[in-house]
Amino acid sequence: MLVDYPGPWTFLLGRLDAREIPLQNPILLWTFVLVSVGAVAVIGAVTYYGSWGYLWREWLTSLDHKRIGVMYCLLGVAMMFRGFIDGVMMRTQQLMAVGPKSPGYMGALHGYLPPYHFGQIYSAHGTIMILFAITPILVGIMNIIVPLQIGARDMAYPYLNAMSFWLTAAATGLVMISLFVGDFSHAGWVGLSPLTELAYSPGVGVDYWSWAVQIGGVGTTLASINIIATIIKMRAPGMSWTRMPIFCWTALSASVVGLSSFPVLTAAVALLSLDRYAGTHFFTPGLGGNLMLYTDLFWIWGHPEVYYVVLPAFGILSEIIPTFSEKPLFGYVTMAAASIAIGGVSWSVWLHHFFTMGAGPGVNAFFSIASMLVGIPTGVKVFNWAFTLYRGRVRFDVPMLWALGALVLLLTGGLTGMMLAMPAINYTVHNSVFVVAHFHNMLNVVGFACFGAINYWFPKVFGFRLDERTGKLAFWFFSAGTVVLFGSMYALGFMGMPRRMDYIPFTSWRPLLMGEEAGILLFLVASYYFVKQLFVSIRDRAKNRVTASDAWGTSRSLEWLTHSPVPFYNFAVQPHINSRDEWAWRREHGLGHVRPDRYEDIHLPDNTPLPVMLGACAFALGFGLVWRMYWLAASGLVGIVVLVIARSFQDGPGHTVPGARIRQMEASYAAAPGEVGAARDPVGGVAAWQTASAPRPRAGDGRPARP
Amino acid sequence: MSQDAHVDSATAVLWDRGGTKHDMIATRTFGFWLYLLSDAMIVSSLFASYLVLGHRVNAAAGPSAGDVVHPIAAFWGTVLLFSAILAYGGAMVGLKRGDRRAVLAGLGGAFVLGAGFLFVEGRDFAELALHGMVPERSGYLSAFYTLVLYHGAHLVFGLLWIAVMMAQVARQGFTANVIYRLLNLKLFWFFQGFVWIYVFSFVYLTGALHVH
Repeated sequence: MLVDYPGPWTFLLGRLDAREIPLQNPILLWTFVLVSVGAVAVIGAVTYYGSWGYLWREWLTSLDHKRIGVMYCLLGVAMMFRGFIDGVMMRTQQLMAVGPKSPGYMGALHGYLPPYHFGQIYSAHGTIMILFAITPILVGIMNIIVPLQIGARDMAYPYLNAMSFWLTAAATGLVMISLFVGDFSHAGWVGLSPLTELAYSPGVGVDYWSWAVQIGGVGTTLASINIIATIIKMRAPGMSWTRMPIFCWTALSASVVGLSSFPVLTAAVALLSLDRYAGTHFFTPGLGGNLMLYTDLFWIWGHPEVYYVVLPAFGILSEIIPTFSEKPLFGYVTMAAASIAIGGVSWSVWLHHFFTMGAGPGVNAFFSIASMLVGIPTGVKVFNWAFTLYRGRVRFDVPMLWALGALVLLLTGGLTGMMLAMPAINYTVHNSVFVVAHFHNMLNVVGFACFGAINYWFPKVFGFRLDERTGKLAFWFFSAGTVVLFGSMYALGFMGMPRRMDYIPFTSWRPLLMGEEAGILLFLVASYYFVKQLFVSIRDRAKNRVTASDAWGTSRSLEWLTHSPVPFYNFAVQPHINSRDEWAWRREHGLGHVRPDRYEDIHLPDNTPLPVMLGACAFALGFGLVWRMYWLAASGLVGIVVLVIARSFQDGPGHTVPGARIRQMEASYAAAPGEVGAARDPVGGVAAWQTASAPRPRAGDGRPARP
Repeated sequence: MSQDAHVDSATAVLWDRGGTKHDMIATRTFGFWLYLLSDAMIVSSLFASYLVLGHRVNAAAGPSAGDVVHPIAAFWGTVLLFSAILAYGGAMVGLKRGDRRAVLAGLGGAFVLGAGFLFVEGRDFAELALHGMVPERSGYLSAFYTLVLYHGAHLVFGLLWIAVMMAQVARQGFTANVIYRLLNLKLFWFFQGFVWIYVFSFVYLTGALHVH
């Protein structure tokens, strides 16, 4: 059953031995030293402040959707830095390796990265940015905001929510550990078939990639199920479909796309794994394999995935722009319809990723027209945002800057997308960096929206605004970097530069390559200001504290009705929805400060360590399979099954917070709005480092009697 | 927006005083439907792969569908499988009456019949393997085994789940948690039967016509 592969194998360690730890590579060695020092520093700090218990009780075992969302965002932002460093390394290599006379360092013929290492870096860059940076950040934002916007107490399945997160974290762990143990895939983030087959990639790199993608894919599928069920089943009374905030519409559409497309990715990569482990012939060049089958399956996921990430970004823009234009969103119904339409049409466009593969004019024409159809609902959205701005009182706060930047990028990215949708143009620029520039342009729309969302909703979650000055500097440097970097890249694409090159044969491309490098250095400055923005804001949090529930004064949707930071129960009493923009409606009718006159008991799920343990088992399963330590993989799988069964016997009784306690907390919020910490009831909001323990369930507390 | 103009702010209800009780069982079964949709996407991907790799080229000069499938063996498997589904239906009737013994009997019957299906399928595969028709032989056989065994994996996990539910019904009786799990297991059990209808039609019956 199991196939032969080159190299030794032992029962205990599988393919792993000490030589797999790349100490001879100075880049990886220093990265390893840095990461180790950082890890020791973090562990030391947590131990010094005695925060392990707090971290475990309040975060790692938490089922609170806001905390899980924050952890998703932290994971995504951390991975975005990792992916960004990969980008810097690639651009620098390309600039250093121009022309036959360019010198080589550290074992490379040109530049400083040998081709195999360069291949791993661009594969890691793509995989990380799409699956482990952008996706977790967006899932995290949906996690935090969707239940608040629909007036729910939590997600439909809080336990499943934690499980999704820890599966994603386990997959991320696999990608990260591949830096220091073994190597990563060199076959591109798309897993170019048949290069990914065992015969051509006998190492563990492709296995790291494939198991990370599969475990992460399961996590994202489960997250999509959760968000769909939350939106459909948990809306507050009065919130009809036409009163739902647009961000929820886009989250719904995106999650439907995610639910239906991620399983296809899992299937495609699982079949590849069967080829590599069981010796089947799905995608092999001989013995009846069909490599185009992989390409089709991959992009049947791959293109909907693009809309999976761009739809929530559109939702974010639809929340930010009305707030800072001080008027309602223009064309609500068309906006909702366009969101669903984009999700629907996403299914019939995947072939435009390989027009040149010879499907014939009929097929290409179909997919070309389908791809251009996407422009219609997207155009509707752009005009709706523009008409929202029109005659609005536009304020240029940091979130709004990011939103407007995203609009400009959407225009250029969309138009180049239209160009690529035409097979005639596509044949000319296929596989050139023009394509790379186009999709980075589009993913920058998502990135801009994410930065906007972080700035916009930060005070909701943490109770204070992010620093304005550094935020604006980050925005301007990031925008300048985008223009310089991707402007140069578009131009290089027109000049015919292929993508994924570790050596540039033509010295005439050097000026534009220097432009790209200059752009990425601007990104470097922008990330410095982003980190500084977080640092300064946390340091000066007292200054930027939000005292009202509405941090911006002109917000519109329901999440701004409850306190900032949001208490663990979200809404003391579930609100009744009277209007599309409920918070704006209450504010405009002088009802903004009306609080409920009676509080009832709130039932909440208990924290549980099982999701973390499931994540650990998934990691063991993945790591064991990568190195073919079958005992470890089997233990991981058995562990998962045992934990799932054990959970089903626990019944998760949850605990009840008495209404009197809620009243007391609400009164303290009213007395000192925006305050968090020891002075307040220890239950507090989600305000990261300050809030103490949620009430521990006492024996028999609120548990239903056993029949 | 204009549609909200009719809500009078003076008399509007701002808070939902009773506190909405979400129907836990309906929420859980709805989520399980969504899971089944995602599973159906994997099944469709495998069917697509099977059909793509069904071309003569993909048999790599080895056996093709006509040589591989045994529709008669699969027929007896089908009889067992649908009896297992019928038995589960019996358990559901017992659940409606709140009859613990009927539920246990139905689940036990579904377990035995499902295991019987796996036995028939396993014997069929063992015979194929004896004739050198293994997944490593060709693209076609890879797709054949993967599709059929993916259905088989559902049965294995279904049997495990049935065993767990028998323990829970016996220990806990019909709590809300046990009821929603029985309903979800019903969906899962019927879903694998639904998948088998397609496997039997498109792999076994259609395959038997492919004699060349």
